[in-house]
Amino acid sequence: MRRYLLRRAGQAVLVLWAAFTVSFVILYLLPGDAVLAKLGGADAGTALTAEQVARAQAEYGVDDPWPVQYGKRLLAALHGDFGTSVTTGDSATHMVLTALPPTLAVAGLGLVLAILFGGGAALAGTYTRHRWLGTLLQSLPPLGISLPVFWVGLVLIQIFSFQLRVLPALGNHGPESLILPAITLALPTGAVIGQVLAKSLRTQLAEPYVEIVRARGAGRATVHFGHVLRNAAIPALTMLGVVTGQLLAGSVVTETVFSRDGVGRVTTAAVNAQDVPVVQAVIVLAAFCFVVINLAVDLLYPLLDPRVRREAAHV
Amino acid sequence: MPPSLPAKILPLAAAAALLASGCSSGATTTDAGPPRPGGTLTIAVGSNPDCLDPQQTGTNAALNVGRQLVDSLTDQDPATGEIKPWLAERWESNADSTSFTFHLRSGATFADGTPLDAAAVKTSFDGVKALGTKSLLGLGYLVAYRGATVVDPRTVRIDFTAPSAQFLQASSTMSLGILAPAAYRKTPEQRCQGDGLIGSGPFVFDSFKQNADIVITKRKGYAWGSSLWRHQGEAYLDRIDYKIVPEPGVRTGSVLSGQIGATTEVQPVDEAQFQGNGFSEQTRPNPGIVFNLHANVTRGVLTDDNVRQALVNGVNRQEVVDTVLSPNYKPATSILASTTPLHADLSAQLAYDPAGAARLLDTGGWVPGADGIRTRNGQRLTATVVYAPLFNQSQSVLELIQQQLRRIGFDLVLEPHPNAEVLQIQQANGYDLLWYNVTRADPDILRNNFSTKAGNRSRLQPGNPLDAVLDAQAATVDPAARQQPVTEAQRLIVANGYAIPVFELTQVVALGPDAHAVNFEASSRLQLFDTWVSGS
Repeated sequence: MRRYLLRRAGQAVLVLWAAFTVSFVILYLLPGDAVLAKLGGADAGTALTAEQVARAQAEYGVDDPWPVQYGKRLLAALHGDFGTSVTTGDSATHMVLTALPPTLAVAGLGLVLAILFGGGAALAGTYTRHRWLGTLLQSLPPLGISLPVFWVGLVLIQIFSFQLRVLPALGNHGPESLILPAITLALPTGAVIGQVLAKSLRTQLAEPYVEIVRARGAGRATVHFGHVLRNAAIPALTMLGVVTGQLLAGSVVTETVFSRDGVGRVTTAAVNAQDVPVVQAVIVLAAFCFVVINLAVDLLYPLLDPRVRREAAHV
Repeated sequence: MPPSLPAKILPLAAAAALLASGCSSGATTTDAGPPRPGGTLTIAVGSNPDCLDPQQTGTNAALNVGRQLVDSLTDQDPATGEIKPWLAERWESNADSTSFTFHLRSGATFADGTPLDAAAVKTSFDGVKALGTKSLLGLGYLVAYRGATVVDPRTVRIDFTAPSAQFLQASSTMSLGILAPAAYRKTPEQRCQGDGLIGSGPFVFDSFKQNADIVITKRKGYAWGSSLWRHQGEAYLDRIDYKIVPEPGVRTGSVLSGQIGATTEVQPVDEAQFQGNGFSEQTRPNPGIVFNLHANVTRGVLTDDNVRQALVNGVNRQEVVDTVLSPNYKPATSILASTTPLHADLSAQLAYDPAGAARLLDTGGWVPGADGIRTRNGQRLTATVVYAPLFNQSQSVLELIQQQLRRIGFDLVLEPHPNAEVLQIQQANGYDLLWYNVTRADPDILRNNFSTKAGNRSRLQPGNPLDAVLDAQAATVDPAARQQPVTEAQRLIVANGYAIPVFELTQVVALGPDAHAVNFEASSRLQLFDTWVSGS
């Protein structure tokens, strides 16, 4: 078990290094740089001479050869320093870490709601004896996936904020400002969870062991929630990694629609401005989240499935 | 152009009819009695200012905040373009505009209590110069800055190595607004975030949450307002809360549902919703260079004078305004916007004349091909316009122009790029046409973009007649003496098709029933000193 953990941790470090390096290469090869973006953005058109541009690039230190830049940046990144944002003048690490809590709050609540929506629809859809209800509930996930996030957000704002005036349309002040963005984020995510869970519930229900459990006298509810759900949960759990990515991608849209600060907003702004330090900090942070979640999922498997537990013990 | 064009035109035409009656620039439609002090104005802005220091930043989002925090040596009358007293009671300049002496008023202090004297002014100007390219606008204003001299505590002289007539107007902008000496003990990056952002303005920095909001509060005891303001003493508002709301529909809905007091950047399609029911609009065209297709005369078909002149006459400016924008926007009448001092009305030369354009192309030997696009010796009449999607309607405007030019046999290719790439393309001479505008309330902006000694976006040869008039206007602050060379510069640019002017970018601010007197300064940025709120 210890070697299993060590190997997983080693893989995690490798993934983080790869994320740093690949992002550096891609960002370095992109045409244009943050300094040019900043100079071009001042008033959409201040004309600059070539000398002025060259001077600015020297001032921001982006005229170093790339191996020097890579070495400097990697060393600093190991100390948690991703450099200074060219657009805000703030430290990239500080910007991303300040933006993280509001994103985590929405994403966290969004995930809880997604599990409730998706899990609820899947369980109810497979449990019900009414075929029409089952069909209806199982048609919800494809619908949820096909709704554009920004459209859902705007519709919710229109109804609950502008018409009914019960929830704020913008900002991140107080728990009430979390509700609409979290629901917006939960719909597509819940749809994915629901679809995967419903499929594996149906697969499990057709397994021979279900007949055996029933033959021993277990009721429908015991079979469904006690035995089948436990086995069906593993594929849905594996989806968590994918879902995390979806939540992060969704936060770009929800944060823009609901005028919230967060990693999504910081990311879009940084990408638009080619603000390399910030983009790189975001990429490494995202890789870190994936690594941690997948590690957590891997550690949960043995608890759910004795077969995984035995395998893990042997490596 | 999307197929639903007629569907777009009808509501806009209706909006035009509504607008034709009441809305003119700077007019408030509601009269809510005498201004009263107190209260908070919440105002939505579309983008995060990134950096708040007005000396460093060049974006509207930031300058709209910075203007309230710093005072300037002078102020510029938005109506006449005249330079008026503010921190400086009076000033002189020498004959060739290389030296400016300002006599400061007494009693002004910074928010940290230190006096605003000649030494502080010198520290501030040296500070802007030291920012280098971190202060893009300042860099342009102080390009020939030699230094400042403290003549006595209330007199400061600013010297230049070359004639700098534009500096007098620049001294009225927030970009050269005066910060306290203590500000320069912080790094430029700290000032960006508000740390050390100490001015002498009617409002004081309070807090800045990236992507969320900026709060500024009233400066108690403020008594050195600009001579142009409607009242003297302290500002009316206790507090201004700028909310950063990127989604235009949410900005509009928030004002209409009363959650926010006012919003900037109203989209043309939303304008009609703010006419009546207590809502109102404030609008003002930005001075400076209008949105235009700036031609590179060294590339492809644009080397032909006839082609460039045909483009000038082949664009239907009124149609652009009527279909894609709104009646608050004006068709260009020169390369300079009508709100720029010394603007010359060249609307006759800019009239839509497709027949004339076709004649010019015929003269140039361009023959219509099978697909309607003209050719000459196997060369197609085509050019690419490079643009960054900074202004929301740019894409639609360019698509319409593309259609208009197709009618005269010209194939305009649209090439959107991120901001960073546009500047790089421009530096590498990789464009036929550039789409942009620049805000500046002084005609010297023409020198910045057209002179072979500055930006030279048309890639003209040194020593051309335009260079000479651009230099001449830079050498004197006397508007009467500048009028002739500035007029000639505008005429040369339009006559030679160095740039094809299209429309004047316009600021449209929507006000809820409780917000009053949201004003614009001469560069069409927000001036909130006289602003007040009712019902709070």
